[in-house]
Amino acid sequence: MTSNSLTARDTKPQPVIDWMFWLAVAAVAFTYVRAIWFTPTEATQGPSQKIFYIHVPSVLAGYLAFGVLGIMSIVHLWLKEERADRMAAAAAEVAVLFFAIVLITGSIYAKVIWGAWWVWELRLTLTLLLWFLGVGYLVMRGAIEDPMMRARFCAVLAILQVVLIPFVHLSVYFVRDHMHPMPVVLKPSSPSLPNSMLMTFLISVASFLLMSAALIRARYRLTMLRDAADAAEQGGMA
Amino acid sequence: MRPSLIQATWIVARKDLLIEWRTRTAFISAVVFSMLGLAVFYFAWSPTAVSPADLAPGVVWVVFTLAAILAVQRSFSIELLERAGDGLLVSPVDREAIYLGKAIANIIFVGAIQLVTVPVAALFYGLPFGEVVPVMLGIGALATVGLVAVGTLFASMAVNTRMAELLLPLLSLPFFLPIVMAAGQSTQRLVAGRPMSESISWLKMLVAFDLVFIVACTLAFPYTIEE
Repeated sequence: MTSNSLTARDTKPQPVIDWMFWLAVAAVAFTYVRAIWFTPTEATQGPSQKIFYIHVPSVLAGYLAFGVLGIMSIVHLWLKEERADRMAAAAAEVAVLFFAIVLITGSIYAKVIWGAWWVWELRLTLTLLLWFLGVGYLVMRGAIEDPMMRARFCAVLAILQVVLIPFVHLSVYFVRDHMHPMPVVLKPSSPSLPNSMLMTFLISVASFLLMSAALIRARYRLTMLRDAADAAEQGGMA
Repeated sequence: MRPSLIQATWIVARKDLLIEWRTRTAFISAVVFSMLGLAVFYFAWSPTAVSPADLAPGVVWVVFTLAAILAVQRSFSIELLERAGDGLLVSPVDREAIYLGKAIANIIFVGAIQLVTVPVAALFYGLPFGEVVPVMLGIGALATVGLVAVGTLFASMAVNTRMAELLLPLLSLPFFLPIVMAAGQSTQRLVAGRPMSESISWLKMLVAFDLVFIVACTLAFPYTIEE
Protein backbone atom coordinates (compact mmCIF):
# COMPACT_ATOMS: atom_id res chain seq x y z
CA MET A 1 0.00 0.00 0.00
CA THR A 2 1.51 3.29 -1.04
CA SER A 3 0.79 6.59 0.62
CA ASN A 4 0.66 8.72 -2.54
CA SER A 5 -2.61 7.10 -3.60
CA LEU A 6 -4.54 8.56 -0.68
CA THR A 7 -7.17 10.99 -1.83
CA ALA A 8 -9.67 11.42 0.99
CA ARG A 9 -9.19 14.37 3.27
CA ASP A 10 -7.66 13.98 6.74
CA THR A 11 -6.41 10.48 5.97
CA LYS A 12 -2.75 11.22 6.35
CA PRO A 13 -1.37 7.70 6.67
CA GLN A 14 -0.27 6.81 10.17
CA PRO A 15 1.60 3.65 11.02
CA VAL A 16 -0.77 0.87 12.10
CA ILE A 17 1.76 -0.63 14.48
CA ASP A 18 3.35 2.15 16.50
CA TRP A 19 4.88 2.88 19.90
CA MET A 20 1.61 2.32 21.76
CA PHE A 21 1.26 -1.20 20.43
CA TRP A 22 4.84 -2.11 21.36
CA LEU A 23 4.37 -0.55 24.78
CA ALA A 24 1.28 -2.73 25.30
CA VAL A 25 3.17 -5.84 24.16
CA ALA A 26 5.99 -5.03 26.58
CA ALA A 27 3.48 -4.45 29.40
CA VAL A 28 1.74 -7.78 28.79
CA ALA A 29 5.10 -9.58 28.59
CA PHE A 30 6.17 -7.96 31.85
CA THR A 31 2.87 -9.06 33.44
CA TYR A 32 3.54 -12.71 32.61
CA VAL A 33 7.15 -12.71 33.67
CA ARG A 34 5.96 -11.35 36.98
CA ALA A 35 2.90 -13.63 37.23
CA ILE A 36 4.80 -16.82 36.43
CA TRP A 37 8.11 -16.37 38.22
CA PHE A 38 7.68 -13.64 40.81
CA THR A 39 4.19 -14.16 42.21
CA PRO A 40 3.41 -16.80 44.87
CA THR A 41 1.34 -19.83 43.82
CA GLU A 42 -2.08 -20.04 45.43
CA ALA A 43 -2.29 -22.76 48.11
CA THR A 44 -5.47 -24.69 47.21
CA GLN A 45 -5.82 -24.15 43.46
CA GLY A 46 -2.13 -24.44 42.63
CA PRO A 47 -0.73 -23.13 39.35
CA SER A 48 -4.18 -23.15 37.71
CA GLN A 49 -4.99 -20.01 39.65
CA LYS A 50 -2.45 -18.14 37.50
CA ILE A 51 -5.01 -18.12 34.71
CA PHE A 52 -6.67 -15.47 36.83
CA TYR A 53 -4.07 -13.02 35.48
CA ILE A 54 -5.28 -13.47 31.92
CA HIS A 55 -8.96 -14.38 32.41
CA VAL A 56 -10.09 -11.45 34.55
CA PRO A 57 -8.15 -8.71 32.74
CA SER A 58 -9.47 -10.04 29.41
CA VAL A 59 -13.04 -9.60 30.63
CA LEU A 60 -12.30 -6.01 31.56
CA ALA A 61 -10.50 -5.38 28.27
CA GLY A 62 -13.46 -6.89 26.40
CA TYR A 63 -15.92 -4.71 28.29
CA LEU A 64 -13.78 -1.65 27.56
CA ALA A 65 -13.95 -2.47 23.85
CA PHE A 66 -17.70 -3.17 24.01
CA GLY A 67 -18.22 0.12 25.82
CA VAL A 68 -16.27 1.94 23.10
CA LEU A 69 -18.45 0.17 20.52
CA GLY A 70 -21.65 1.35 22.22
CA ILE A 71 -20.52 4.92 22.74
CA MET A 72 -19.10 5.28 19.22
CA SER A 73 -22.35 3.92 17.76
CA ILE A 74 -24.37 6.57 19.58
CA VAL A 75 -21.89 9.24 18.46
CA HIS A 76 -22.21 8.04 14.89
CA LEU A 77 -26.02 8.13 14.80
CA TRP A 78 -26.02 11.51 16.49
CA LEU A 79 -23.28 13.35 14.60
CA LYS A 80 -23.07 11.21 11.42
CA GLU A 81 -19.36 11.05 12.08
CA GLU A 82 -17.55 8.59 9.84
CA ARG A 83 -14.63 8.27 12.22
CA ALA A 84 -16.95 7.09 15.01
CA ASP A 85 -18.15 4.28 12.78
CA ARG A 86 -14.59 3.17 12.07
CA MET A 87 -13.76 3.29 15.74
CA ALA A 88 -16.86 1.19 16.49
CA ALA A 89 -15.82 -1.42 13.93
CA ALA A 90 -12.32 -1.58 15.41
CA ALA A 91 -13.72 -1.90 18.94
CA ALA A 92 -16.07 -4.72 17.91
CA GLU A 93 -13.19 -6.80 16.58
CA VAL A 94 -11.15 -6.25 19.71
CA ALA A 95 -14.14 -7.10 21.93
CA VAL A 96 -14.65 -10.39 20.10
CA LEU A 97 -10.95 -11.19 20.52
CA PHE A 98 -10.91 -10.58 24.26
CA PHE A 99 -14.20 -12.36 24.90
CA ALA A 100 -12.80 -15.35 22.99
CA ILE A 101 -9.78 -15.32 25.32
CA VAL A 102 -12.16 -15.19 28.31
CA LEU A 103 -14.14 -18.19 27.02
CA ILE A 104 -11.04 -20.25 26.26
CA THR A 105 -9.25 -19.52 29.54
CA GLY A 106 -12.54 -19.89 31.42
CA SER A 107 -13.12 -23.36 30.06
CA ILE A 108 -9.55 -24.42 30.82
CA TYR A 109 -10.04 -23.25 34.39
CA ALA A 110 -13.44 -24.96 34.53
CA LYS A 111 -11.89 -28.27 33.46
CA VAL A 112 -9.22 -28.09 36.15
CA ILE A 113 -11.40 -26.85 39.01
CA TRP A 114 -14.92 -28.09 38.21
CA GLY A 115 -14.04 -31.08 36.04
CA ALA A 116 -15.96 -30.02 32.92
CA TRP A 117 -14.88 -27.96 29.92
CA TRP A 118 -18.12 -26.04 29.81
CA VAL A 119 -20.46 -25.04 32.61
CA TRP A 120 -23.67 -23.08 32.06
CA GLU A 121 -22.83 -20.60 34.67
CA LEU A 122 -23.92 -16.97 34.97
CA ARG A 123 -20.77 -15.21 33.90
CA LEU A 124 -19.63 -17.73 31.29
CA THR A 125 -23.07 -17.68 29.70
CA LEU A 126 -23.12 -13.92 29.64
CA THR A 127 -19.65 -13.81 28.09
CA LEU A 128 -20.68 -16.34 25.46
CA LEU A 129 -23.64 -14.16 24.58
CA LEU A 130 -21.45 -11.06 24.36
CA TRP A 131 -19.19 -12.98 22.03
CA PHE A 132 -22.22 -13.94 19.86
CA LEU A 133 -23.32 -10.32 19.79
CA GLY A 134 -19.86 -9.18 18.71
CA VAL A 135 -19.68 -11.82 15.98
CA GLY A 136 -23.21 -10.91 14.78
CA TYR A 137 -22.13 -7.29 14.56
CA LEU A 138 -19.05 -8.18 12.50
CA VAL A 139 -21.00 -10.48 10.19
CA MET A 140 -23.48 -7.68 9.52
CA ARG A 141 -20.62 -5.29 8.74
CA GLY A 142 -19.35 -7.76 6.18
CA ALA A 143 -22.77 -8.24 4.58
CA ILE A 144 -23.43 -4.62 3.56
CA GLU A 145 -21.51 -2.89 0.82
CA ASP A 146 -22.78 0.67 0.93
CA PRO A 147 -20.61 2.35 3.60
CA MET A 148 -23.28 4.83 4.73
CA MET A 149 -25.91 2.15 5.12
CA ARG A 150 -23.44 -0.17 6.84
CA ALA A 151 -22.53 2.51 9.35
CA ARG A 152 -26.15 3.30 10.23
CA PHE A 153 -27.29 -0.33 10.48
CA CYS A 154 -24.31 -1.32 12.57
CA ALA A 155 -24.79 1.62 14.92
CA VAL A 156 -28.45 0.69 15.44
CA LEU A 157 -27.52 -2.93 16.06
CA ALA A 158 -24.79 -2.08 18.56
CA ILE A 159 -27.05 0.24 20.56
CA LEU A 160 -29.78 -2.41 20.78
CA GLN A 161 -27.16 -4.95 21.86
CA VAL A 162 -26.16 -2.70 24.73
CA VAL A 163 -29.85 -2.43 25.70
CA LEU A 164 -30.12 -6.23 25.63
CA ILE A 165 -27.28 -6.97 28.05
CA PRO A 166 -29.23 -6.24 31.30
CA PHE A 167 -32.05 -8.55 30.19
CA VAL A 168 -29.71 -11.43 29.53
CA HIS A 169 -27.95 -10.78 32.80
CA LEU A 170 -31.27 -10.87 34.62
CA SER A 171 -32.56 -14.02 32.93
CA VAL A 172 -29.34 -15.96 33.44
CA TYR A 173 -29.33 -14.76 37.05
CA PHE A 174 -32.84 -16.13 37.59
CA VAL A 175 -31.96 -19.72 36.71
CA ARG A 176 -28.36 -20.60 37.25
CA ASP A 177 -26.53 -21.47 40.43
CA HIS A 178 -23.57 -19.39 41.29
CA MET A 179 -20.60 -21.63 40.90
CA HIS A 180 -18.21 -19.00 39.62
CA PRO A 181 -15.64 -17.68 42.09
CA MET A 182 -16.98 -14.59 43.76
CA PRO A 183 -15.04 -11.37 43.24
CA VAL A 184 -11.77 -11.36 45.13
CA VAL A 185 -10.66 -7.85 44.29
CA LEU A 186 -13.66 -5.80 43.13
CA LYS A 187 -15.88 -6.21 46.17
CA PRO A 188 -17.07 -3.92 48.94
CA SER A 189 -14.56 -5.10 51.56
CA SER A 190 -10.81 -4.85 51.00
CA PRO A 191 -9.21 -7.32 48.57
CA SER A 192 -8.64 -10.74 50.17
CA LEU A 193 -5.34 -11.67 48.61
CA PRO A 194 -1.69 -11.01 49.46
CA ASN A 195 -0.17 -7.77 48.28
CA SER A 196 2.21 -9.45 45.81
CA MET A 197 -0.73 -11.14 44.07
CA LEU A 198 -2.81 -8.00 44.17
CA MET A 199 0.02 -6.03 42.57
CA THR A 200 0.42 -8.63 39.79
CA PHE A 201 -3.33 -8.58 39.24
CA LEU A 202 -3.47 -4.80 38.99
CA ILE A 203 -0.52 -4.80 36.58
CA SER A 204 -2.27 -7.44 34.45
CA VAL A 205 -5.46 -5.34 34.32
CA ALA A 206 -3.52 -2.21 33.38
CA SER A 207 -1.54 -4.02 30.69
CA PHE A 208 -4.67 -5.61 29.18
CA LEU A 209 -6.57 -2.34 29.11
CA LEU A 210 -3.56 -0.76 27.41
CA MET A 211 -3.48 -3.66 24.93
CA SER A 212 -7.19 -3.26 24.23
CA ALA A 213 -6.77 0.46 23.55
CA ALA A 214 -3.67 -0.16 21.40
CA LEU A 215 -5.44 -2.80 19.32
CA ILE A 216 -8.51 -0.59 18.79
CA ARG A 217 -6.18 2.18 17.68
CA ALA A 218 -4.26 -0.09 15.31
CA ARG A 219 -7.46 -1.50 13.78
CA TYR A 220 -8.86 2.00 13.45
CA ARG A 221 -5.81 3.15 11.53
CA LEU A 222 -5.91 0.06 9.36
CA THR A 223 -9.55 0.78 8.37
CA MET A 224 -8.55 4.35 7.50
CA LEU A 225 -5.81 3.04 5.19
CA ARG A 226 -8.11 0.42 3.70
CA ASP A 227 -10.91 2.91 3.00
CA ALA A 228 -8.43 5.33 1.46
CA ALA A 229 -7.04 2.57 -0.74
CA ASP A 230 -10.58 1.57 -1.81
CA ALA A 231 -11.39 5.20 -2.61
CA ALA A 232 -8.19 5.54 -4.63
CA GLU A 233 -8.91 2.33 -6.50
CA GLN A 234 -12.42 3.47 -7.40
CA GLY A 235 -11.06 6.89 -8.38
CA GLY A 236 -8.52 5.18 -10.62
CA MET A 237 -11.15 3.07 -12.33
CA ALA A 238 -13.52 5.97 -13.03
CA MET B 1 -54.02 14.79 3.59
CA ARG B 2 -51.39 13.38 5.86
CA PRO B 3 -52.80 10.68 8.14
CA SER B 4 -52.02 10.74 11.86
CA LEU B 5 -49.54 8.25 13.30
CA ILE B 6 -52.29 5.93 14.50
CA GLN B 7 -54.19 6.10 11.21
CA ALA B 8 -51.02 5.50 9.21
CA THR B 9 -50.01 2.60 11.46
CA TRP B 10 -53.38 1.00 10.87
CA ILE B 11 -53.16 1.55 7.11
CA VAL B 12 -49.77 -0.18 6.94
CA ALA B 13 -50.87 -3.05 9.21
CA ARG B 14 -54.09 -3.48 7.21
CA LYS B 15 -52.15 -3.55 3.93
CA ASP B 16 -49.84 -6.33 5.17
CA LEU B 17 -52.68 -8.36 6.65
CA LEU B 18 -54.74 -7.96 3.50
CA ILE B 19 -51.88 -9.28 1.34
CA GLU B 20 -51.65 -12.27 3.65
CA TRP B 21 -55.41 -12.76 3.80
CA ARG B 22 -55.70 -12.86 0.01
CA THR B 23 -52.98 -15.48 -0.42
CA ARG B 24 -52.78 -17.26 2.95
CA THR B 25 -49.73 -19.16 1.72
CA ALA B 26 -47.35 -17.82 4.38
CA PHE B 27 -49.81 -18.49 7.18
CA ILE B 28 -50.47 -22.05 6.13
CA SER B 29 -46.77 -22.79 5.63
CA ALA B 30 -45.91 -21.28 9.01
CA VAL B 31 -48.58 -23.37 10.77
CA VAL B 32 -47.41 -26.52 9.03
CA PHE B 33 -43.79 -25.63 9.83
CA SER B 34 -44.68 -25.28 13.52
CA MET B 35 -46.54 -28.58 13.62
CA LEU B 36 -43.68 -30.25 11.82
CA GLY B 37 -41.27 -28.79 14.38
CA LEU B 38 -43.36 -30.15 17.23
CA ALA B 39 -43.37 -33.60 15.65
CA VAL B 40 -39.64 -33.63 14.87
CA PHE B 41 -38.67 -32.51 18.38
CA TYR B 42 -40.93 -35.17 19.87
CA PHE B 43 -38.88 -37.89 18.23
CA ALA B 44 -35.54 -36.24 18.99
CA TRP B 45 -35.84 -37.32 22.64
CA SER B 46 -36.58 -40.65 24.15
CA PRO B 47 -40.04 -40.33 25.79
CA THR B 48 -38.95 -42.80 28.46
CA ALA B 49 -36.07 -40.57 29.55
CA VAL B 50 -37.86 -37.19 29.46
CA SER B 51 -41.62 -37.11 29.83
CA PRO B 52 -43.34 -35.27 26.94
CA ALA B 53 -45.01 -32.92 29.42
CA ASP B 54 -41.57 -31.76 30.65
CA LEU B 55 -40.30 -31.40 27.12
CA ALA B 56 -43.27 -29.49 25.71
CA PRO B 57 -42.69 -25.95 27.08
CA GLY B 58 -39.14 -25.80 25.76
CA VAL B 59 -40.00 -27.26 22.38
CA VAL B 60 -43.01 -25.00 21.92
CA TRP B 61 -40.94 -21.89 22.54
CA VAL B 62 -38.10 -22.91 20.28
CA VAL B 63 -40.58 -23.68 17.50
CA PHE B 64 -42.45 -20.40 17.95
CA THR B 65 -39.21 -18.47 17.88
CA LEU B 66 -38.28 -20.01 14.55
CA ALA B 67 -41.79 -19.42 13.19
CA ALA B 68 -41.56 -15.77 14.28
CA ILE B 69 -38.30 -15.39 12.35
CA LEU B 70 -40.00 -16.71 9.21
CA ALA B 71 -42.93 -14.35 9.74
CA VAL B 72 -40.93 -11.16 10.20
CA GLN B 73 -38.66 -12.00 7.31
CA ARG B 74 -41.69 -12.30 5.07
CA SER B 75 -43.02 -8.90 6.10
CA PHE B 76 -40.08 -7.16 4.43
CA SER B 77 -39.39 -9.57 1.61
CA ILE B 78 -42.88 -8.82 0.21
CA GLU B 79 -41.75 -5.19 -0.12
CA LEU B 80 -38.90 -6.20 -2.43
CA LEU B 81 -41.28 -7.40 -5.15
CA GLU B 82 -41.62 -4.71 -7.81
CA ARG B 83 -39.92 -2.35 -5.37
CA ALA B 84 -43.08 -1.95 -3.31
CA GLY B 85 -40.96 -0.77 -0.41
CA ASP B 86 -39.99 2.39 -2.30
CA GLY B 87 -43.67 3.18 -2.74
CA LEU B 88 -44.12 2.82 0.99
CA LEU B 89 -41.24 5.18 1.67
CA VAL B 90 -42.50 7.96 -0.62
CA SER B 91 -46.03 7.72 0.74
CA PRO B 92 -46.90 10.52 3.19
CA VAL B 93 -46.63 8.47 6.39
CA ASP B 94 -44.12 8.69 9.22
CA ARG B 95 -41.34 6.13 9.26
CA GLU B 96 -42.43 5.14 12.76
CA ALA B 97 -45.87 4.27 11.37
CA ILE B 98 -44.30 1.88 8.85
CA TYR B 99 -42.48 0.09 11.65
CA LEU B 100 -45.45 -0.01 14.02
CA GLY B 101 -47.84 -1.07 11.27
CA LYS B 102 -45.58 -3.90 10.20
CA ALA B 103 -45.01 -4.92 13.80
CA ILE B 104 -48.75 -5.02 14.52
CA ALA B 105 -49.39 -7.08 11.38
CA ASN B 106 -46.60 -9.46 12.48
CA ILE B 107 -48.00 -9.74 16.01
CA ILE B 108 -51.39 -10.70 14.59
CA PHE B 109 -49.75 -13.12 12.17
CA VAL B 110 -47.62 -14.85 14.83
CA GLY B 111 -50.52 -14.77 17.30
CA ALA B 112 -52.73 -16.54 14.79
CA ILE B 113 -50.06 -19.22 14.29
CA GLN B 114 -49.97 -19.77 18.06
CA LEU B 115 -53.73 -19.91 18.28
CA VAL B 116 -53.64 -22.91 15.96
CA THR B 117 -50.46 -24.62 17.14
CA VAL B 118 -50.79 -24.33 20.94
CA PRO B 119 -53.78 -26.72 21.00
CA VAL B 120 -51.86 -28.98 18.61
CA ALA B 121 -48.89 -28.96 20.99
CA ALA B 122 -51.17 -29.83 23.92
CA LEU B 123 -52.57 -32.68 21.85
CA PHE B 124 -49.22 -34.01 20.61
CA TYR B 125 -47.53 -33.86 24.03
CA GLY B 126 -50.50 -35.08 26.03
CA LEU B 127 -50.88 -31.96 28.19
CA PRO B 128 -54.05 -31.21 30.18
CA PHE B 129 -55.91 -29.19 27.57
CA GLY B 130 -58.07 -26.80 29.58
CA GLU B 131 -55.28 -25.74 31.93
CA VAL B 132 -52.42 -25.50 29.51
CA VAL B 133 -53.90 -23.80 26.47
CA PRO B 134 -54.99 -20.53 28.17
CA VAL B 135 -51.68 -20.28 30.08
CA MET B 136 -49.60 -20.82 26.94
CA LEU B 137 -51.64 -18.39 24.89
CA GLY B 138 -51.34 -15.75 27.63
CA ILE B 139 -47.57 -16.11 27.89
CA GLY B 140 -47.50 -16.35 24.12
CA ALA B 141 -49.10 -12.92 23.80
CA LEU B 142 -46.40 -11.37 26.00
CA ALA B 143 -43.58 -13.19 24.26
CA THR B 144 -44.83 -12.44 20.75
CA VAL B 145 -44.71 -8.69 21.30
CA GLY B 146 -41.02 -8.88 22.24
CA LEU B 147 -40.11 -11.32 19.45
CA VAL B 148 -41.84 -9.23 16.84
CA ALA B 149 -40.58 -5.84 18.12
CA VAL B 150 -36.96 -6.91 17.69
CA GLY B 151 -37.51 -9.20 14.72
CA THR B 152 -39.33 -6.59 12.61
CA LEU B 153 -36.51 -4.09 13.03
CA PHE B 154 -33.81 -6.63 12.21
CA ALA B 155 -35.75 -7.94 9.23
CA SER B 156 -35.88 -4.42 7.80
CA MET B 157 -32.09 -4.27 8.04
CA ALA B 158 -31.33 -7.84 7.00
CA VAL B 159 -33.44 -7.62 3.85
CA ASN B 160 -31.00 -5.02 2.49
CA THR B 161 -27.95 -7.23 2.96
CA ARG B 162 -26.37 -9.91 0.88
CA MET B 163 -27.32 -12.80 3.15
CA ALA B 164 -30.69 -11.89 4.61
CA GLU B 165 -31.82 -15.43 5.41
CA LEU B 166 -28.73 -16.20 7.44
CA LEU B 167 -28.22 -12.80 8.98
CA LEU B 168 -31.69 -12.41 10.50
CA PRO B 169 -31.45 -15.43 12.83
CA LEU B 170 -27.83 -14.61 13.63
CA LEU B 171 -28.78 -11.11 14.75
CA SER B 172 -32.08 -11.85 16.42
CA LEU B 173 -31.53 -15.15 18.27
CA PRO B 174 -29.35 -13.57 20.99
CA PHE B 175 -32.18 -11.10 21.56
CA PHE B 176 -34.68 -13.94 21.72
CA LEU B 177 -32.72 -15.73 24.44
CA PRO B 178 -34.29 -13.83 27.37
CA ILE B 179 -37.76 -14.20 25.79
CA VAL B 180 -37.43 -17.93 25.24
CA MET B 181 -36.05 -18.40 28.73
CA ALA B 182 -38.81 -16.37 30.37
CA ALA B 183 -41.60 -17.97 28.33
CA GLY B 184 -40.22 -21.51 28.64
CA GLN B 185 -39.48 -21.32 32.37
CA SER B 186 -42.80 -19.73 33.30
CA THR B 187 -44.77 -22.14 31.09
CA GLN B 188 -42.92 -25.05 32.70
CA ARG B 189 -43.85 -23.89 36.20
CA LEU B 190 -47.45 -22.98 35.45
CA VAL B 191 -48.07 -26.23 33.57
CA ALA B 192 -46.66 -28.17 36.53
CA GLY B 193 -49.23 -26.45 38.74
CA ARG B 194 -46.68 -24.36 40.66
CA PRO B 195 -47.99 -21.13 42.23
CA MET B 196 -48.00 -17.96 40.13
CA SER B 197 -45.50 -16.32 42.50
CA GLU B 198 -42.74 -18.58 41.10
CA SER B 199 -43.26 -17.27 37.58
CA ILE B 200 -44.07 -13.68 38.31
CA SER B 201 -40.52 -12.34 38.03
CA TRP B 202 -40.16 -14.01 34.62
CA LEU B 203 -43.41 -12.49 33.43
CA LYS B 204 -42.42 -9.07 34.74
CA MET B 205 -39.17 -9.32 32.83
CA LEU B 206 -41.10 -10.26 29.70
CA VAL B 207 -43.29 -7.17 30.04
CA ALA B 208 -40.23 -4.99 30.65
CA PHE B 209 -38.56 -6.47 27.58
CA ASP B 210 -41.64 -5.74 25.45
CA LEU B 211 -41.88 -2.13 26.58
CA VAL B 212 -38.17 -1.35 26.30
CA PHE B 213 -37.77 -2.87 22.86
CA ILE B 214 -40.96 -1.44 21.37
CA VAL B 215 -39.72 2.03 22.29
CA ALA B 216 -36.09 1.40 21.31
CA CYS B 217 -36.93 -0.22 17.98
CA THR B 218 -39.54 2.42 17.05
CA LEU B 219 -36.94 5.11 17.66
CA ALA B 220 -34.24 3.17 15.79
CA PHE B 221 -36.30 2.21 12.75
CA PRO B 222 -36.09 5.54 10.86
CA TYR B 223 -32.29 5.16 10.85
CA THR B 224 -32.55 1.85 9.01
CA ILE B 225 -34.41 3.25 5.99
CA GLU B 226 -32.92 6.72 5.68
CA GLU B 227 -32.04 7.47 2.08
